[in-house]
Amino acid sequence: MMRKPIALLALAVAIAACGTSAETPEAAEKVTLTYSLWDPNQLPAYQECADAFTATSGIQVKITQQGWEDYWNGITTSLVSGTAPDVITNHVAYYPELAANNQLLDIQPFVDRDKVDLTRYTGDLASLWVRDGKRYGLPQDWDTIALVYNVKDVEDAKIDPATLKDLTWNPADGGTFGELIKKLTVDANGKRGDEAGFDKTKVATYGWGLEQGGGVVGQTQWSWMPLSMGFQYLDKNPFGTDYKLDDPRLAEAITWWQDQMKAGYVLPREEAGRLGLEPMMQTNKAALVPDGSWRIGTWAGSTEQKFAFAPLPRGPQGRKTIINGLAPSITAGTKHPDQAWEWVKFIGSPACQDLVAKRAVVFPAITTAAAAAAESHRAKGVDVSAFTDIAADPASLSYYPITGSANEINTEAQAVIDQIQELKVVPADALKELDTRVADILK
Amino acid sequence: MTLTVGRSSPPKIAPARGRRRTAGDPVVAWLFLLPALLGFTVFYLAPTIRGFWISFTDWNLLSEPRFVGLDNYRDMLADDKFWNALRITAEYVVINIGSQTVLALAIAVLMDRLTRSVLVRAAIVIPWLVPNVTVAIVTLFMLDHNVGFVNHILDVLGFEPQSFYGDSDQAIATIALVNTWRNMGYTALLFFAGMQMIPRNLYEAAAVDGAGEWTMFRRVTLPLLRPVTVLVLVVSIIGSFQIFDTVAVTTKGGPADATRVIYYYIYQKAFNEFHMGYAAAMAATLFVILIALTATQMRLLRASSSDLR
Repeated sequence: MMRKPIALLALAVAIAACGTSAETPEAAEKVTLTYSLWDPNQLPAYQECADAFTATSGIQVKITQQGWEDYWNGITTSLVSGTAPDVITNHVAYYPELAANNQLLDIQPFVDRDKVDLTRYTGDLASLWVRDGKRYGLPQDWDTIALVYNVKDVEDAKIDPATLKDLTWNPADGGTFGELIKKLTVDANGKRGDEAGFDKTKVATYGWGLEQGGGVVGQTQWSWMPLSMGFQYLDKNPFGTDYKLDDPRLAEAITWWQDQMKAGYVLPREEAGRLGLEPMMQTNKAALVPDGSWRIGTWAGSTEQKFAFAPLPRGPQGRKTIINGLAPSITAGTKHPDQAWEWVKFIGSPACQDLVAKRAVVFPAITTAAAAAAESHRAKGVDVSAFTDIAADPASLSYYPITGSANEINTEAQAVIDQIQELKVVPADALKELDTRVADILK
Repeated sequence: MTLTVGRSSPPKIAPARGRRRTAGDPVVAWLFLLPALLGFTVFYLAPTIRGFWISFTDWNLLSEPRFVGLDNYRDMLADDKFWNALRITAEYVVINIGSQTVLALAIAVLMDRLTRSVLVRAAIVIPWLVPNVTVAIVTLFMLDHNVGFVNHILDVLGFEPQSFYGDSDQAIATIALVNTWRNMGYTALLFFAGMQMIPRNLYEAAAVDGAGEWTMFRRVTLPLLRPVTVLVLVVSIIGSFQIFDTVAVTTKGGPADATRVIYYYIYQKAFNEFHMGYAAAMAATLFVILIALTATQMRLLRASSSDLR
């Protein structure tokens, strides 16, 4: 029945009616901006930025935080009802839709007026936020992918950790990465994946963990394999109109991945559970998993197991990682566009990003601040060069694919990836079919 | 209706101080109805009509809606995800209502024939008092493949661990049975209340005729319980079609679309993918389906007539 959606709708309409209350005249004197973000780990860093910003500009900033799951629903409904925050933390999967619906302010005029130096940001991060000559954000941070491994498991397998810096991979025989995950897989009798008598039905520790989700991108799950073969997601990025999901290289890479699942070297989907990577790695059900730099703190701070990081394997076309970054965007309905811009400019400036760097939770977008963040990690005894070295090499970077209707595409793709992980479909056929469905959405 | 009432209920005794029906009665009646009517109009009728209107537009929440006629409905008929969602919802309803009704009837009979203890009656509705979301989260942990208690028991008993919510072949049945567990006590209470209206002497007469418990259940309880059964079925089937919270908490429609029930699909289209017009079209269709289903049920089970005369 209609009740639930309609009730929400009625609520939104009611809020819209209340949201238009008039500003008091003295508001021009003391402006309070609202700023929203989803990551609780980053909240202290940006609170510090906000305090520093208030001290210099006199503009107050009120930060609201909601988890990723609720964040976007909250942003959307508040945009509809006219109660949206002045500045929001934005993600490339969402901003095209918001921009297309005129919900974001074009900051290009401000950037031109204040002559913001866009070359100080890592790689091409700044240009991800430009659509049709309009700019919707200044880069605040970036993330890359690297391997997370259990130090003890690697030692037990008598593997020299130094060799993990030069892993190779190819879809034919898996390269040294393929060898590694075999060796790291141990069954209940202590037999390793590359030994005779290995029982794949009774595995105690899998060589390769499995994170569910990932949608069409598979950012942490599988993206690095096809990318290292020269695969590209889109005809052009950002704002391509054709996903190349029928690329045979993608099918080859995913097929190899599925083969490892069949052979018992990858944690099976049924065992992955819905509780995420953490329990799987902490209980040592898996020895190694590719993961994003935003979770460095989780692994480095673990008390149950000791984890370390290694660079992604080198594929036929070299080493490739997805790089992505967040940016603050100004909502179109803000009553204080000038003050909001000041705050956005501050987030994108060394003044704020150096503060964020000290906290060592994310890598700030400004190259010098990112180096400072890596230094903060090193001071704590954590080597994050697996994430930073690759970011310094433009040839290794593949920007997160940006299109419209990203949610819809991800839903379609997720169903197919699930089926591949459940070993229910042949990747080449399923991906070809997915390609047509996605093309229909982007049509 | 009034005729049968005259036959089945004790003869009407005239009120002590006979107050005739006066012309003022309807006015008073409407006054009493007004608050409910107001709420109904503001919170149900108006949004429903607006919902139907939205279903003829391409509204995406963020831009002005544009009238697109029947486009949404045409897209819907061609959308295999929509049909998949309907199929999965039907699967859910069959498993949920089937198991829930049978178990609830069994519990009600046991309560009726064995114990009338208020304590038992209270205990049996406890699961129903726990919010759906809580049940979902608790079962998510209890049924987890790695750390779940249920799998621990299975392991002790020598069975293979199951992934329940995580397996596309089991997920929808898992959700259905979890909700059966939650709702069956409440449904049983409704049946139990219905059973109290069946005259005891019918059971005595049946016992004198040599009928066993099973025959009494089939020949006395079930037929005389029919109006209550219809009510329970209509209400619980409509409720069952509205399955949303358990899915939203545990599986989010996955794995591999195996639990993308119609309500969740509507929600996703409206609030994740910004196709409010399309979502409204599906909601409107579901509305019509439920009305048709309810009407059919009422007809088939002759809801308004009772065998008790």
